Amino acid sequence: MSIAAKANALWEYANPRKFLATSERVLPFFWIVSITCIVVGLVWGFFFTPDDYKQGSTVKIIYLHVPAALMAINCWLMMLATSLVWLVRRHHVSALAARAAAPIGIVMTLIALLTGAIWGQPMWGTWWAWDPRLTSFLILFLFYLGYVALWEAIEDPDTAADLTSVLCLVGSVFAILSRYAVNFWNQGLHQGASVMRAGAVTGADTEEKVSNIFFYPLLICIIGFVLLFIALVLYRTGTEIRARRIKALLARERVGG
Amino acid sequence: MTLTVTDLSITRGGIPVLEGLSFSLKAGKALILRGPNGIGKTTLLRTLAGLQPPLEGKIEGAEDRIAYASHSDGLKPTLTVTENLTFWASVFGTNGIQTALDTFDLNELADRHSGNLSAGQKRRLGLARMLVTGRPIWMLDEPTVSLDKNAVQMFADAVRAHLGQGGSALIATHIDLGLDGEVLDVGPNKARPKPIDDFDGGFL
Amino acid sequence: MIALLLRDLKLAFRAGGGFGLGLAFFLIVTVMIPFAVGPQSSLLSTIAPGVLWLGALLACLLSLDRLLALDWEDGSLDLLATAPLPLESVVTIKALAHWLTTGLPLVLAAPFFGVLLNLPVPGFFWLVISLLIGTPAMSVIGTFGAALTVGLKRGGLLLSLLVLPLYVPTLIFGAEVARRGATGMEVQTPLLMLAGITAATIALLPFASATVLRINLR
Repeated sequence: MSIAAKANALWEYANPRKFLATSERVLPFFWIVSITCIVVGLVWGFFFTPDDYKQGSTVKIIYLHVPAALMAINCWLMMLATSLVWLVRRHHVSALAARAAAPIGIVMTLIALLTGAIWGQPMWGTWWAWDPRLTSFLILFLFYLGYVALWEAIEDPDTAADLTSVLCLVGSVFAILSRYAVNFWNQGLHQGASVMRAGAVTGADTEEKVSNIFFYPLLICIIGFVLLFIALVLYRTGTEIRARRIKALLARERVGG
Repeated sequence: MTLTVTDLSITRGGIPVLEGLSFSLKAGKALILRGPNGIGKTTLLRTLAGLQPPLEGKIEGAEDRIAYASHSDGLKPTLTVTENLTFWASVFGTNGIQTALDTFDLNELADRHSGNLSAGQKRRLGLARMLVTGRPIWMLDEPTVSLDKNAVQMFADAVRAHLGQGGSALIATHIDLGLDGEVLDVGPNKARPKPIDDFDGGFL
Repeated sequence: MIALLLRDLKLAFRAGGGFGLGLAFFLIVTVMIPFAVGPQSSLLSTIAPGVLWLGALLACLLSLDRLLALDWEDGSLDLLATAPLPLESVVTIKALAHWLTTGLPLVLAAPFFGVLLNLPVPGFFWLVISLLIGTPAMSVIGTFGAALTVGLKRGGLLLSLLVLPLYVPTLIFGAEVARRGATGMEVQTPLLMLAGITAATIALLPFASATVLRINLR
């Protein structure tokens, strides 16, 4: 299949009916694999890895903290992408997927913030510090809240999709700007993002690496969270599509069909 | 130049309200828009004025030629009658608000704050605004609300003078203004819901 | 364009126009702070730059919901949208008018409020400079927020929720300039960032504001 044909095939899923049919077929797979991954990763991580020489058993909250934080950011990126698709191609499924993803993003951000606080208490001696990473996540949380609130406030679904999409684009720029500003403002206590660096995986570079022994269960947890996120988005998008359809049917009845 | 509308479909809040609408409005003519409440007359005027995109169809000869008067007049209560008109005149790049004041008998009120005017006087000021835009096509949405008999006559005369100078007007109203022009009843163009089969494609 | 600006200024200065509302709020915040944190002048002079910046920001926020809502309610926005003036210019002028009636008075009043909070002497200059550069960005960003929420009943709280995170970078760099200036540190980096943010928002954000306004007018 040529690239163009593949791209066309992808756009077919913009048809709500096709989307619903396909997502219903693949959803069980995503549910089962994601929950298996999370269970395996957490059990492995919690019970079959040693305590960290410096941080003790508290380090194990990493299996929730890091995947949630990753998904909190990736969820916003996904919303950004789907918002762009809506603005350019005006596929309703795309806009509804962005709408469906936002509350998941809020929950992921909250999990990251809460686990961060629980982890920070024994490590730094405080539940909350205005550390750049924590602060950035707090700001991200505010962006999510505003985005969801705007969706909820506007009655007309197309107007809501348009406005939230523009907000998502503008918000993304300001979120990046805030990240930079916050870094400048406070150098912070938080360790660098040590998971995704090649050096961290091989254990070659710094002291604050995540060593192999913690890395594999963490990787499984991350995979589990990614799949869980996809499952939740597909599921919630389906719900949004049905809700939208009910709304349209009711409107149609009012007009006098 | 003629305003030509071909096979126009319009939506309100994402729901089609009127479809298959075709008509033309020639210079010097008026077109009276009729139809039951809620059929979409206001939506049609807003679409023609360029405030919202049509669902389907073509609108030709509307670009930058329409002066639109909605239900609300866009008047600032703390500005005087003259200041209100002068503002709109300079926004539309015209000068001379005197004709507008004369036409709608607003000279005596010229220095009053528009917040102190009666509803009918405000309406007259709102309509006087159409004159200062200098645009050939007037689109008026229920222009005679709160006007007394004299004022309605004044308004009808103003429209007639405008038509006499080669302008045209599209007016949504239920009263007879005695103007030279046709009546366009949009009732039969009420959008019919689509068959349930291609419903997903259409609405979602 | 000049006509729109003059009209907005005239409206702001006449009765009920809301001119001075932000200034009054700024005054109240500044006066209340010492009651809340205590009268020690060393503490006050430490927090003065940040408090003054935050006060200015909140005073700005306070007046945003009137920025487009009044023109929306009386139908002026519909008429302006059909006028030969592009909406991009309309929102820029609106932001400029907002800055002239809200931002600029705050900038001018800030030194006097600085006295109340024992702002260190070198801080006055940098406070005024940072506010002078930063407040236009707040007006432009606020106009975007106002354009997003213009059609909504009770959009005021939502407007604050949407705009506050967008204000974060401006607040951080602006207050940083004032804080560093007050303690005699070098201010170049945050000052450049602040100026950059203001320049970029003025250049780009009106397009986004006009887009969302057009969507809201449909």
